[in-house]
Parts: sequence; C-alpha cells; structure tokens
Amino acid sequence: MAATVVSPPARHRRRIPWGEVSRWAALVVLAIITMAPVFVMFATSLKTQVEIQALVPRWIFMPTLSNYETIINQYRFLPFLISSAVIGLGSTVITLLTAGMAAFALARMNFPGRGIIAHTTLIIRMIPPAVLAVTVIGFWIAWGIGDLVPGIRFTLPNGLGRGNFLDGSQLGLMLFYTALNLPFSIWLLYGFIRQIPVELEEAAIVDGANLFQVLFRVIFPLMGAGFAVSAIFTFRIAWNEFILALMLTNRFTKTLPVFASEFIREEGVLWGQMMAVGSLIVIPPMLLTFFAARQIVQGVSAGAVKG
Amino acid sequence: MRTNRFVPYLFLLPAVAILALGLLVPLYNSVMLSFYDWGFGQPWSARRFLGFANFQRLVTDPTVWASVRTTFVFGFWVVTLEMLIGVGLALLLEKAVRGASFIRTIFVMPLMIAPVVVGLIWRYLLDARNGVINYYLTEIGEALPFLQSLGFKTQTWLADPTLAMVSIIVSDVWQWTPFVFMIVLAGLQGLPGDVMEAAYIDGANWWKMTWHVKLPMLRNILLIALLMRIIDVFRALEVIFIMTGGGPGSSTRVLSLALFQTAFTSQDLGYAATIALLLSVILIIFSIVLLLYSNPLKDKADF
Repeated sequence: MAATVVSPPARHRRRIPWGEVSRWAALVVLAIITMAPVFVMFATSLKTQVEIQALVPRWIFMPTLSNYETIINQYRFLPFLISSAVIGLGSTVITLLTAGMAAFALARMNFPGRGIIAHTTLIIRMIPPAVLAVTVIGFWIAWGIGDLVPGIRFTLPNGLGRGNFLDGSQLGLMLFYTALNLPFSIWLLYGFIRQIPVELEEAAIVDGANLFQVLFRVIFPLMGAGFAVSAIFTFRIAWNEFILALMLTNRFTKTLPVFASEFIREEGVLWGQMMAVGSLIVIPPMLLTFFAARQIVQGVSAGAVKG
Repeated sequence: MRTNRFVPYLFLLPAVAILALGLLVPLYNSVMLSFYDWGFGQPWSARRFLGFANFQRLVTDPTVWASVRTTFVFGFWVVTLEMLIGVGLALLLEKAVRGASFIRTIFVMPLMIAPVVVGLIWRYLLDARNGVINYYLTEIGEALPFLQSLGFKTQTWLADPTLAMVSIIVSDVWQWTPFVFMIVLAGLQGLPGDVMEAAYIDGANWWKMTWHVKLPMLRNILLIALLMRIIDVFRALEVIFIMTGGGPGSSTRVLSLALFQTAFTSQDLGYAATIALLLSVILIIFSIVLLLYSNPLKDKADF
C-alpha cells in the first residue's frame, strides 16, 4: 500500500531516480561499516604475528591457519568448544521446555497467584549477570554448593589467579542462563499460544486427552516459529555470556568467551590467537543470522511493537 | 479451560523453581549480604554484621558516585546517538530496505556477536600502534595537514581518559544502532496504509509526513526502544571490561564494572552486594516503567 503511495509521479519515470540511488548508496556504506570490523577480525586471524604487527596494515597477504593450529593443538581448544556447546544447547532445551509449559499455564488457565507470578517474571527480567555473579559466587565457594549440583566435576583448581575459582559444574551455568532467558521466552511463547484457537485444545480434551497430551501433542507442534525465536535468543545469551562464565567455570569447563579473554596477557595481547578464537565464537551466531534473520528481527521487536 | 486446581502450578513448577533459584535467591542474597562485611573466599562464619553501614558507605562513596556519573555520560551519548541515527536511518531507508532482505541480515549481525568478541575487535581496531584506525587517521592527516589539528593523527585511544570514553561509545553505537533501526523499521511497516495515503492526498510532503504523521504514531515504539537502550546501558559490562577494564584510571568505570571490581578485585562481597542492590533497584524501576508501555499481559484477547 504505502509503496504505491510514495512512488514518484509518472512524468519522472525516465529520469535517473536519484533518491533511489542515494538510498542504495547509503545502504551499501552502512553495510560496509557494519561488516568491516568483523571482516578485520577474520582477516587478522589468518595472518602471521609478523603481519599483524606490521606498521602498515596489509590487506593482501597469504592466509595461514597457523593461529588456528596453535589454539587447537597448544591451548586445548576442543574441550572448551564442547563445554560451550553443552552449556549453550542444554540451556536452550531446558528454557524451551520449561518456558513452554509455563506459558501454557499462563495463557490458558486462570488460578490464584497468576498475576503475581506473571508480574514477578516481568519485573526481574532485566537483572544483569554481574549481579548474579557477585551474589552467588561467595556462597558457591563458602558452602560448596557446586558439590551438590550433579554434573561434570573436577577437583577444585585453587589459586588459578584468572578468576576461575569454582569447580566446573556446567549445570550451574545452565541454571543461570535458563533463569536469565525464561522471562523473555515465557512471554514470547505466551503470545504465540494465545494465537492458537482454543477450540483445538477443547476438541482434544473431548477426545480424551489430558492436559500434558494437549500441550505436547497439540500446542507444541504448532509453536515451531515461537520456539525458533526463543531458541535463538537463549542460545545467543548462553553461548556469548562472559561474566558468569568467567566466575563459575574452572580451567576444564570454561566456555569460549572466557578462553578468548585469556589471550589478553600482562605482557600484551596475543592478537592472532585471540582473533582465531573470536572468529570461531561468532560462527554459530552468524549462521543463525543467515538462516533466521527474520526470526531475530521478530524477537527483537516482539517487546516493542505489540502493546 | 476447566482443570484440577493444582494443574496450573504443576505446569509452572519447573520454570518458577529455576527462576527462584537462579534470580530470586541471588537477589535475596544480595539484600542479606548488604548487611554484612564478608570477604571473598572467607568461610560464611567469618562474616561480620554491620547493620546499615554498607548503605551509609554507598551513599557517601565518591568512587561509586563517580561511576554513576560515568554511566550517565556513557549512557547519554550512546542512547542519544543510537536513537538519532537509528530512527533517522529507519525513516530515510524505509523503502529501500523493504526490497533487500540481505540488508536485514547484515544489520542483525552485530547484535548476535559475543560482547567479548565486540570488545576484542574494537580493542584491536583502536590499538595505538597496530590499529587500523590510527593508521588511516595518520595517513589522511599527512596527506592533508590541515586536518591534523582536527584529530587526524596517531591517537592513544584506550590510554587517554576522554578518548577511552569515546572508544567505548563508538563500539556501543556500532553494536546497538541496528537494534533501534530494526525496532523502528518494524513499527514503520506496521503503520496503517490508509492513514499514510490520506496524509499524502492531503498534500503532506516527506518532512510533514515524518514529523506530523509517522513519528507521533510511533511514539510508543520510540519510547520502548529508548527505555530498552537505557536499561542496556546499566547492564553493559563485558565490552568495556575487555576494551579498557574501566581505565585509564577510572575514566570508563561504569556502575556495573564498579560492582564487578568491588567483588573480585577488592574482594569485598558485602559491599559489592550493596552496589548490586543499587543496580538491581535501578533496573527494576526501569522494567516497571517499560511495563507501562509494553505489557504482554494486556493484550486485547486477555480473559
């Protein structure tokens, strides 16, 4: 509609559409500004130390995988990739499942306490990881709560000096990443469930299904789009988060952002290795961006455009 | 839907348990710890009850208020720049973006990149010796010497208090302007076509359309974007931690970084919990304000 309204009058049709050209030029410039820093990271990760420290930036160089070789062979990259993947995927699955169940109850049932639970989740949703890190870690150490949480356990590496004081139960981090993502996911899925006609559920109940069957067989299969948005945002936090991971993992279970930060040394930054880890960290979110940009925009604007 | 009255709680139990353990217990700990003096790594029995001493200290602590001021300076510039650039671009490029989904993909990218990686990329770009930015500034300055007085020369970006602040502002604007852009774009695309048509037929030009029709209709969305950006300013920590670590001196030590350093550098958990409480209260207040404009409970079909 709007497109037909603002199209130029007919007599201008033969001329060069300068407005259009300048808009496209602006878009290209913006795209370059947006992508250039990421491109520099990829390029730097493929350079040798000598090329990185050259005083004249080299745009043409012979790419080498030596930085990747170093981080994989010398710094044991793989265990941390696995740790990151376990924490990222684990948090995502737990978030979707628990948020889906909670959203179903909030969207379809009326019960005492509904308002309190609903508003509490909305009010505490912005609590940052730093607050959790500060108030949790003391007790984890003092009370050894990490020992009570089953999970992959290693001996406590005391005095590591990098801030990784805690034993590395990945379940601990998953708990916090799930908690940080639940409010957003519950309310996103709530919106999706409310769009499903309630007659479908009533029909299933008439056919003798119980509520769990209604949720898992009727509702969840219709929620692919909602789950996709929610999964992307949960994975994004769990995969990228740094402060809690720095505090709550040890030298065996640290995640990739923590691993990357360790190339900032007293004696300087190991740029090549750091850029290689950085490049590997951004690959999964970049793939998500390529395949699901629409869903990401939907999630970003979910809170803003409604209401 | 009629059900057994315990069923709703059964469905809510896992989520509520995780939220309680993961968010409410830490918040409660923060309240409790703020009454104690408790050093990092000490046994719980070594704590010392202080009453309201931590709060008194907080109110009179110049370093905390300096970091609040730093947060405001940082927040003022990033929110202003991101809103102006984001809204401006959305209005100017609304038509062009419609036809180009790859643009959306590119603009989404910065939002998905790990803050640690954003920090390390910008730290590298702004590096005084090897940084690309310094190199080209110097080159341009040497080619056109009159520009040198305007800053086209080697700058110690992350080692100078003012430039370090400029640096973290630049990285934040780079990462978060697309967020404002996309929210406003979604809002523009949701504007009713018949209203736009009517305004156009009434002889409104682009400027009038924007100023008198589109922006007023987007008022709510603009407010929500603004509030979300303000909230994120108070949460921002990781990029600054990697780029400057709060330095040089304490010139980029925002409130959340002051919290982090009080806990893990000064190892003063009781006082850190008090700062955490301050930060939580600020964020909860903003969350409540945000709820007034965007409340998922208040959709029309409710009940």
